[in-house]
Amino acid sequence: MSLFSDVPQAPPVAVFKLTADFREDTHPQKVNLGVGAYRTDDCQPWVLPVVKKVERLIVEDESLNHEYLPILGLPEFRSAASKVALGDDSPAIKENRVGGVQALGGTGALRIGAEFLRRWYNSVNNTATPVYVSAPTWENHNGVFADAGFKDIRPYHYWDAAKRGLDLAGFLDDLEKAPEYSIFVLHACAHNPTGTDPTQEEWKQIAEVMKRRKLYVFFDSAYQGFASGSLEKDAWAIRFFVSEGFELFIAQSFSKNFGLYNERVGNLTVVSKDNENLTRVLSQMEKIVRTTWSNPPSQGARIVSKTLNCPELFEEWKGNVKTMADRVLLMRDQLKAKLQALGTPGTWDHITQQIGMFSFTGLTPKQVEYMIKEKHVYLMASGRINMCGLTSKNIDYVAQSIHEAVTKVQ
Amino acid sequence: MSRPGSSPDEKGVSQNGDPGGHRPVFTNTLNAAVSPETRLLSAFARDTQARKVDLAGREYYSEEGRPFELRLVGKIKQQLSTDPTLHPEYPSSLGLREFTRKATEVALGKHSRAIVENRVLGVQTPGFTAAVRLGAELLRCWYDPSACWCGPVYLSSPCDDSLTGIFQAAGIQEIREYYYWDDKQRGICLERLLEDLESAPEHSVVVLSASAHYPTGADLSQSQWAVITRLITRRRLFPFLLLPTQALCCGDMERDAWPVQHCASLGMELLCAQSFSHCFGLYGEAVGHLLCVLKQNSVLLPVRSQADKIVRSLWARPSVGGAHVVTTVLSNSAHLVEWQGEVKHIVERCMLIRAILREKMRLLGTPGRWDHLTQQGGLFCCTGLNGEQVEFLSNRRRVYLLPGGCLNVSAINCRNLDYIAESIHLALTSSL
Repeated sequence: MSLFSDVPQAPPVAVFKLTADFREDTHPQKVNLGVGAYRTDDCQPWVLPVVKKVERLIVEDESLNHEYLPILGLPEFRSAASKVALGDDSPAIKENRVGGVQALGGTGALRIGAEFLRRWYNSVNNTATPVYVSAPTWENHNGVFADAGFKDIRPYHYWDAAKRGLDLAGFLDDLEKAPEYSIFVLHACAHNPTGTDPTQEEWKQIAEVMKRRKLYVFFDSAYQGFASGSLEKDAWAIRFFVSEGFELFIAQSFSKNFGLYNERVGNLTVVSKDNENLTRVLSQMEKIVRTTWSNPPSQGARIVSKTLNCPELFEEWKGNVKTMADRVLLMRDQLKAKLQALGTPGTWDHITQQIGMFSFTGLTPKQVEYMIKEKHVYLMASGRINMCGLTSKNIDYVAQSIHEAVTKVQ
Repeated sequence: MSRPGSSPDEKGVSQNGDPGGHRPVFTNTLNAAVSPETRLLSAFARDTQARKVDLAGREYYSEEGRPFELRLVGKIKQQLSTDPTLHPEYPSSLGLREFTRKATEVALGKHSRAIVENRVLGVQTPGFTAAVRLGAELLRCWYDPSACWCGPVYLSSPCDDSLTGIFQAAGIQEIREYYYWDDKQRGICLERLLEDLESAPEHSVVVLSASAHYPTGADLSQSQWAVITRLITRRRLFPFLLLPTQALCCGDMERDAWPVQHCASLGMELLCAQSFSHCFGLYGEAVGHLLCVLKQNSVLLPVRSQADKIVRSLWARPSVGGAHVVTTVLSNSAHLVEWQGEVKHIVERCMLIRAILREKMRLLGTPGRWDHLTQQGGLFCCTGLNGEQVEFLSNRRRVYLLPGGCLNVSAINCRNLDYIAESIHLALTSSL
């Protein structure tokens, strides 16, 4: 008898099940608006030209050593990654109170940060400290913090389904009512799954309450540059919080803005009060990493580091990122225009007001079912679509399908 | 997770009258105690003596003293960088299918009954530590759920000093040792090993090195394995095998994996953590694999789904670069031959160094027994030097060994051999 006989089958992850179903579907006009990865107008994954160039440079570089990377990662990657988030002239960096931990993608960065907070935040054992995630949020946030040992994970109001926008009042109310020192996971930009970000004014209000209530800020930044096409704009919230004196973590992912999904390039940026704190924090981070993956993989970090640290390559990269962001913006414009032209009931402004890869369409679960079963257009039950799945070739079909779903199904 | 003691002034809830912002949030964070290995590495780094020798490194060093890249690997990396069919897609959380297939085959043998009966799970992991961590998490969550298992896990004495931390990070607190390396015998003391395992509670997990034991280099013989597996079966213990440097011990993939294949052929359930960093010179690429051999096919899907769940909140998916290289080599017979040639060269060099060092010790008349140097295989060997002698070597001779007296054989080359031999001799003969 196997010792694992009583192991139950874990439920499948919704978004991967969706893709699996999509793959098996033989309908000629099927469209996958599920998984969050960039696609070109030909619906292909895109190797950024700058990445291709840098990969060649790396392969041809005889001087590169092949040793294990240090536990905290490639130093020039960590500093460049933190700089890209906080800005070249960040006072926090100048004051030498910013550090980075190279991690396996954004997930790895979140996990290391969560493990650290569970051990060291506020007092020595934080399993009972509440962790707040937005309602809705990327569903893996729950898993990461739960598996890091946090027992009390709560939602904070975020998406207002009725007005199809940010529920600021609810959000601020939750901030006021949260126990002091609670941890809040904030999306730096291009909120996943709603695509709805607070305005600058709204961020200021959020920051004011968080400072007053001594709440801990943990940013998830997976889309810098990808959301608006501008690195600076997409980092505004992060930089504002830092300028307000917050100590915080930023889990950065370079999967999307570098198209390096498979090389697992992430960085946990740590902004501390001073260098002494930073040093102690990093020493504990090292211990945590040592028992998780010990030495991170070098390939992706080398690519990102070389790109960010070389002015010409950096410019080229920004151009590539803008290309992706622009295509998404174009699809947003066109989808909204087509739905309006079709006279689809409801307002569709939110499609162009939302930002980033995803859009919360507002379609009901029944309408989503119709889309999938009858029209072979695959999207999440929440009504979330990946704008990158839209192309000039399928946008008419998708708009038409949405129109049918909204008019035929309640 | 062990918690440092907290004193009244370390509790962090005081309200500091700081108008500009918070009091530093992590004031309570203690400076992490530095592991002996890290202390050694930083001492070596700070050492400005030209003559310093680092014998505590983890990688295979070439005769030139640099971590070695296999020629074939360099070629394949070039090829892969221009391959238009490689897409930047998210790999599955369990890794590249072709890679896990190959990694499973090299550990178990292509025609292993377990593979044929489809009761083997292979998970690509970002390196060896990650493979051990995943195995530990699987055990903590799912090993014998009806009995609420929480340990103990038995580790060899000595062992890789990060293993304890990995199991504890996974939530398994009870870690014990079993006797392994005997200083006097300069080898494994099977009798005491068996005694320790005999008294282990049922359902204990026993971590065993399949080949090239780190850090001693002392491996169990096939007949010793036969005795141990009988005990494991009888006492209902669970084997967790470590295979971090396959092919670098005997120069032969299959021979180095023999213990894994032996356990599987006996119908045992086991975990095996593998690394391809060493045998492919892919240190920076984090190419690891966790092998799970299950007793029944019916538990494969549930176990895989749980492994998937664990991975998703740890690192989501592994990185692919290194895995592509390994798969490319293992799937092509011409590449395989070329790779085996380069590996053989590495192994022969290590064996030669061992032989020469042993000879030097003999010529110098160094006290103690040195036969074990050539009886062992792989990158590491245990000199049998005690703590004082190891310190003498680092402080007075600038020769850095691992704290337990073990050293990395490949770091010895024609330029430093004499100095090292002399130093060991002095350590053993000077009155300390």
